[in-house]
Amino acid sequence: MELTGAQILIHYLEDEGVEFIWGYPGGAALPIYDALDTDAKKLKHILVRHEQAAVHAADGFARSTGKPGVSLVTSGPGATNTVTGIATAFMDSIPMVVITGQVPTAMIGLDAFQEIDTVGITRPIVKHNFLVRDVNDLAMTLKKAFYIATTGRPGPVVVDIPKDVQNAKSNYEYPQEVNLRSYIPVTKGHSGQIKKAVELILLAKKPILYTGGGVVLGNASQELIQLAHELGCPVTNTLMGLGSFPASDPQFVGMLGMHGTYEANLSMHDTDLIIAIGARFDDRVTGNLEKFCPSAKVIHVDIDPASISKNVAVDIPIVGPVKQVLQEMLNILSKSTVRPNKEDSKLWWEQIEEWRATNCLNFEQVGSKIKPQAAIRAVWEVTNGDAYVTSDVGQHQMFAAQYYRFDKPRRWINSGGLGTMGFGLPAAMGVQQAFPDETVICVTGEGSIQMNIQEMSTCLQYGLPIKVVCLNNGVLGMVRQWQEFFYDRRYSMSYMESLPDFTKLAEAYGHVGLKIDDPAKLKEQLAEAFSDANKDKFVFINIITDQQENVYPMIPAGAGLNEMILV
Amino acid sequence: MRHIISMLMENESGALSRVSGLFSARGYNIQSLTVAPTEDGSISRLTLVTNGSEQQIEQIVKHLNRLIDVIKVVDITEGSHIERELMLVKLKAVGEMREEIKRLTEIFRGTIVDVTANIYSVQLVGESQKLDAFVSAIEDSLIVEIVRSGAVGLMRGEKSLHL
Repeated sequence: MELTGAQILIHYLEDEGVEFIWGYPGGAALPIYDALDTDAKKLKHILVRHEQAAVHAADGFARSTGKPGVSLVTSGPGATNTVTGIATAFMDSIPMVVITGQVPTAMIGLDAFQEIDTVGITRPIVKHNFLVRDVNDLAMTLKKAFYIATTGRPGPVVVDIPKDVQNAKSNYEYPQEVNLRSYIPVTKGHSGQIKKAVELILLAKKPILYTGGGVVLGNASQELIQLAHELGCPVTNTLMGLGSFPASDPQFVGMLGMHGTYEANLSMHDTDLIIAIGARFDDRVTGNLEKFCPSAKVIHVDIDPASISKNVAVDIPIVGPVKQVLQEMLNILSKSTVRPNKEDSKLWWEQIEEWRATNCLNFEQVGSKIKPQAAIRAVWEVTNGDAYVTSDVGQHQMFAAQYYRFDKPRRWINSGGLGTMGFGLPAAMGVQQAFPDETVICVTGEGSIQMNIQEMSTCLQYGLPIKVVCLNNGVLGMVRQWQEFFYDRRYSMSYMESLPDFTKLAEAYGHVGLKIDDPAKLKEQLAEAFSDANKDKFVFINIITDQQENVYPMIPAGAGLNEMILV
Repeated sequence: MRHIISMLMENESGALSRVSGLFSARGYNIQSLTVAPTEDGSISRLTLVTNGSEQQIEQIVKHLNRLIDVIKVVDITEGSHIERELMLVKLKAVGEMREEIKRLTEIFRGTIVDVTANIYSVQLVGESQKLDAFVSAIEDSLIVEIVRSGAVGLMRGEKSLHL
């Protein structure tokens, strides 16, 4: 079947099973947009208001479903606007394909209108990228792009398609197979290493499972729960791993790291064996590396060999998909009667319970201002802990991670690696598109939300009933917290003097706006916002919160995990 | 320690910038880098010389392997190996220095490949250290121009880097 390059792209996406594509048209993408109009049967294009949002929305879709997110933009500024979105996905290993239009091949390098070296600009923030110079290579390049994005350690892939390639014709057939001699992802962990790891685990007196986003990405939550129950040891999650182990499980000691729980961080500090699964010993987790887990041996399971022994020296490295490795561990355990020593385990848990008794996340709702912690807890209660929650970046993000207790994977969607303000709302659009009947919340602050607030317009166009929970304390909270602690309370530029009336703003965009500022009415008003009457409506819930509240516990920069500030 | 890392990669436009970009992005140092086609037109061989602790080199090799265009990577300094670099040096050769330079070139088993009334162009091949030694044996003021290819190398014996 002879088709133009633009048609090939649309046909390919449909054949690949892509349901949604987020994008924004422009000169160098016009043939593709035309083919979308003439050739697309099932593929649904969502028109965003800014290209950055197209990528975040595709990202939110990918994080919540596990399928690759796809976006489409034009050349030049269209492509540069995607950069923050691509980098966000790259840092968190999210499978994604970004299609960019490019000026015609004959004009590349001549500083043409809306020309930019997209492949060059995105090179350090993609898993791989392509410039398609020949329409005959297009289908196979797309196949490679999806294959690379979704296998091994996932990541974003950019495919840059010049306008003349979009117009040129070629025979199209969906390529069934792809073979890349230079890219062969690991499909199985080393059996000998896995056996050694299990032996070490069974000998440990104070083991802890430290698990991250890899368990979510690798769909290995069930295996993790089984292994944890088999071993009876504590489990801590990174910010990216929340939900992969149920927060309601007694073995869960909470998130670890800079704003982790006292019990999680002290367990890490005191453990004799870290079983790290799909986590990468990020600096927000380890604190000062020299003081990190002084008496621990380390088992590290990760799909990416470059993550192993990058920050922390590992005793037993296992390179492989976490799901397969955990299954093999469970398999070995099922054939053995040896289990961790009961007495050791009892002593370990007694110690942990002592730490847990500090109740480090305790707060009191006193005074006339709503505590941000109380707001998140109320949202958790009102939604039965079962919503999809995206977040922006700052104090509200940490409060959401601490107080919305996630029991399922892929429910907590945030920019952990890059820390992108403006991620929350467009990400929520992607989630809501994937799960139209589920409750989708964007927890944000009055700072972050204004970085992509224009997407309220997209939400109206596509009828996305997202609930925005804006913790509005009138300041850039996390910046202010650091200024309070480390810069003698010089609150340089962390205060915005002219906030909009968010209720009116939401209404201007055609949505429902709601302001909550009375602690006594918090729960009641939230219940109203999430009521059946608002089920199909986008509701902007502007919660005025206490400016004095900081995120605790906290490990200051340069300190060890055992040197937390509790209040 | 100094390491020579050799790799095979797809002969694609942009492949080289992925390698050099990795080094600058992650703060690894490159002393020299050389790349050329192999017997297989679809594959280039890139050799680079870098410095770093064992842990850094391990990370470098892992990150290189992670690049989609890179097919195989080997740190050839891990075992016994052959290393060669080519250098061309343009030297002021007048008066008694003409004889002196000629003698020195012979000692280093180099060849004089171009001669004018005032200039010798000397070609030298060897390990990078040997080339360094030649340069330091010549008085600075005589050196007009130096160009070096960067080191390339092979593992000795049966071991080889191929598909």
